[in-house]
Amino acid sequence: MSATKPAIFNEMLNGEQVRSAYQNLEKWYRSMPAELRSLKQSEAEALFRRVGITFAVYGEGGDPERLIPFDMFPRVMTAEEWRKLDRGVRQRAAALNAFLADVYDRREIIRAGKIPEHLVTNNEAFEKAAIGFRPPRGVFSHIVGVDLVRTGPDQFYVLEDNCRTPSGVSYMLQNREIMMRMFPQLFMESRIRPVDGYAGLLKKTLASVAPQKCQGEPNIVILTPGHFNSAYYEHSFLADLMGVELVEGQDLFVEGDFVWMKTTEGPKKVDVIYRRIDDAFIDPLCFRPDSMLGVPGLMSVYRSGGVTICSAPGAGVADDKAIYTFVPEMIRFYLGEEPILENVPTWQCAKPDDCKYVLENLSELVVKEVHGSGGYGMLVGPKSDKSTIESFAAKIRKNPDNYIAQPTLALSACPTFVEEGIAPRHVDLRPYCLVGETIELVPGGLTRVALTEGSLVVNSSQGGGVKDTWVLAE
Amino acid sequence: MLSRTAEHLYWMARYIERAETTARLLEVGARNALLPNATGGYRNDWEAVLLAKGTLEPFVEKYTDINQRNIETWLFFDSDNPSSVYSCLSAARENARVVRTALTAPVWDAINGAFQELQQLHRTERSKLMVTDLCEWTLRACQLIRGAFTSTQLRNDGYDFSGIGTTIERADNTARLIDVKYYVLLPSVNYVGSGLDQSQWALLLQSMTAQRAFNWSYQGEVTAAKIAHLLILNHRFPRSLRACVQWYCEHLDNLAESYQTATAAQEVAHKLLDDLRAATVEEIFEEGLHEFLARFMSRNAEVATTVQEVYLSGMPA
Amino acid sequence: MRLSIRHITRYRFDEPVRGIVQSQKLWPASCDNQRILSWEVTSHGGQTGAEFTDGAGDVIRLATWRGPLTELTVEVTGEVETTDLFGVLRGHRERVPPSAYLRDTRQVEADAALKALSAVALKGMEGASALDRAHALSRAVSGAIAYKPGETKPHTTASEALSGGVGVCQDHAHALISIAHVAEMPARYVTGYLQASEDGFPHEASHAWAEIWVPELGWVGFDAANECCPDERYVRLGSGYDALDAAPIRGLVQGAAPEEHLEVEVMVNAVQSGQQQQQ
Repeated sequence: MSATKPAIFNEMLNGEQVRSAYQNLEKWYRSMPAELRSLKQSEAEALFRRVGITFAVYGEGGDPERLIPFDMFPRVMTAEEWRKLDRGVRQRAAALNAFLADVYDRREIIRAGKIPEHLVTNNEAFEKAAIGFRPPRGVFSHIVGVDLVRTGPDQFYVLEDNCRTPSGVSYMLQNREIMMRMFPQLFMESRIRPVDGYAGLLKKTLASVAPQKCQGEPNIVILTPGHFNSAYYEHSFLADLMGVELVEGQDLFVEGDFVWMKTTEGPKKVDVIYRRIDDAFIDPLCFRPDSMLGVPGLMSVYRSGGVTICSAPGAGVADDKAIYTFVPEMIRFYLGEEPILENVPTWQCAKPDDCKYVLENLSELVVKEVHGSGGYGMLVGPKSDKSTIESFAAKIRKNPDNYIAQPTLALSACPTFVEEGIAPRHVDLRPYCLVGETIELVPGGLTRVALTEGSLVVNSSQGGGVKDTWVLAE
Repeated sequence: MLSRTAEHLYWMARYIERAETTARLLEVGARNALLPNATGGYRNDWEAVLLAKGTLEPFVEKYTDINQRNIETWLFFDSDNPSSVYSCLSAARENARVVRTALTAPVWDAINGAFQELQQLHRTERSKLMVTDLCEWTLRACQLIRGAFTSTQLRNDGYDFSGIGTTIERADNTARLIDVKYYVLLPSVNYVGSGLDQSQWALLLQSMTAQRAFNWSYQGEVTAAKIAHLLILNHRFPRSLRACVQWYCEHLDNLAESYQTATAAQEVAHKLLDDLRAATVEEIFEEGLHEFLARFMSRNAEVATTVQEVYLSGMPA
Repeated sequence: MRLSIRHITRYRFDEPVRGIVQSQKLWPASCDNQRILSWEVTSHGGQTGAEFTDGAGDVIRLATWRGPLTELTVEVTGEVETTDLFGVLRGHRERVPPSAYLRDTRQVEADAALKALSAVALKGMEGASALDRAHALSRAVSGAIAYKPGETKPHTTASEALSGGVGVCQDHAHALISIAHVAEMPARYVTGYLQASEDGFPHEASHAWAEIWVPELGWVGFDAANECCPDERYVRLGSGYDALDAAPIRGLVQGAAPEEHLEVEVMVNAVQSGQQQQQ
């Protein structure tokens, strides 16, 4: 194993000592001959390809059905570590939803001066069309993906929140499935908490927010932009696991007080729509008039209580990078609690002092676009050359409101298979929190790993890979 | 079920069946090419094979030269040819991918596995591939998919829509295969029914894996009338026109029963079945085989259109 | 003043269409400026459905038609008692914070010319009240865009209208919203009806103007096209970011959309005291 810089927290090793959570895995790795490993690796790849779990990479050309690289070395959390994350993530999801219910209603957090009004109402993701409507149970964001990084034994930071339609949960489930299939022995030797309850929990969550007008078993559907979408596999996978229809906009229409789906037996009423389409596209009569993906009239039915849309239109304002800074404040304001998970210190380029600091320290910082995602449009200072930094500085000066900056954290590293054996690679974690009648999350999440040595960018669209994530039983 | 789901299942099944037919035609053509012709050279019936698939024109446009290698490429690998094995299996897989939720894991595995293997074949050097191997591979892949489908899919409406797709397509393909044999391959209409050209008859049977079925069902010498009976009217032979029509009638009846309402689709299908039940080989030859087949294909297409309107377009009027 | 309104929208299609969905924002809200005495919206041959009041206080209702269909008519009739409050919207129940109306859309986004128009209009007014500034902006638009029908289209933007120098009420409203935004004043688009002028000439009876947020007063209407503030001749229907967002009818044809012909007919008449509403 190659030497690790001392500043980086290695999740497996404590000095030369293997942490107890990883002892089984370390033995497993030692006892695995190289040939078996490469055999298993290609077996895993074949399995992924056979189930069709692929990922289209934006704008890169090449194979549209590329696989996200799967690293067989699992990432392990102890029961104790997980307890904290579990509480912290649920706390955050509760606060984010309280915030959404508030900013579309009485706006008390703004009146109380805790968040500047313009950051909310002038935000691209703030929907005028959502004002004055309380969705069932007051929940706006039913699936909250919280991106976490670790920098030390007890240091976890929230990197960002995803309140709209966080993707990747299918990888969490499939990674486990494939590991269990390839290495059943490992699962017999370690007590690993299962994640396969996710689909049932998701269905229960969606059913719990059915509109009041719905009587009996709610008809739940997943609304997908279609099979050309890069996350289509996930949409169909989740529909399959929950036993619900996967629909496109063209399968739905509104009439009277409800939304209907076109079936071989005629129209059938739809009660809950788990949509994987952005707000702008869901109803051409309310938002973008040129959208072909949505359902004309959907918002009228939604606002009159005929259907529930998950996540609720307008939920995106809570996961905006400019709002992110205020999440600890939200937790205190709405829940009267101290945040369990910390935010990464963030400089808002919109503030002149912050902007000045950022421009002076670009080579030390990570700079992101306020509305960006997927690792695009960002600058990783320490990994960038002078000319890249200079041209990025020009962009910040031109439109400071559009950028925030954070220190480059010493992300923890996990053992990851490389050519010569294993080596530490940086990882993050996205658990998926479900918010309906209750707030729950399955013990696990998606671990993304930056496969290139020293790289901090874990996004699958930027060549990151994934790992199975284990939470050990008590 | 979602109309669009039903539509994808229906087309998935049709494309699988179509891929199989293309492979069968390719095999017939390749075997034909091994037969000596009357003047001592080798027969060249490729043109007829392409005609049967309705792809002679685009082929000539692309390749100019009708030789076996080009035709193999065109019929098997070429994505410019919408009925090549590659195009059909890609389209079948694309349809399947969209309705993954309506398929069992073994069915998806079979379809997706076939597609992955096909891509492997695509990357393989052509000189290492025998045309008979390619055809056999296709038949095997299609049979694996259908086998997985038959043995694992829930017998719900999706099963019926897929079954309707398979049988409508198969009826059309069988009619086309007979037509090409009887009408296009034979140099003159005088030969029709003359009992000449035994080897071609054998090939027709072979292309439908029907030699054994023929021997089991009929005594004595191989005649055009017996073969026509087997391929058109014999309800025991699974590729015969009547068997196909009967089969989709059963699927349509299942739908009528589970939806508790019959539609125009059941009506046109049963009418066609009744007519086939009443038909005899003599009458068919009297009408003219080609004319009969053309009429059948158009009525079969009418069933397809009606199914599309009634069930697959989403909003019944 | 008591006004009677009759507003008919008729669509004709060259080919039969499969179906139509409309989102209708056709119900004026009662407030201090206007009291709704009677109001009826009829979607002939269609099915009405989901109805709600949005955050801006506008009622929105869904209407659908199943095809095949070559023609459809939406008819609005009603009577409203209006009061002149000098353009100030008073007693209107809404929940959208004014700051939400600082957002630019495609049609109101300011280019250099609009930014300049805004700056010139407000030159030397740094200490002036918000109301005076709003009036100055409205005057600037009246001066910069001459009223001339037929020169601009429904999708014309504020910057296009300004560079052409001519337009209709929609263009004036867009330009005013745009330059108000430049001055960081919340502004929005309002649709409504305007009583025919004294000479009986129907002056864009289906009308539109802008509202600008004036902190001391609330929302104040400015009709730059007519160089005035809405008075008792005006009936306020609904609002939005721009003409698209505020549109009284937003509709969509299902499937392939053939050529569409639209006819709008609006009559607004003062009802003399003692005269009964004709129905």
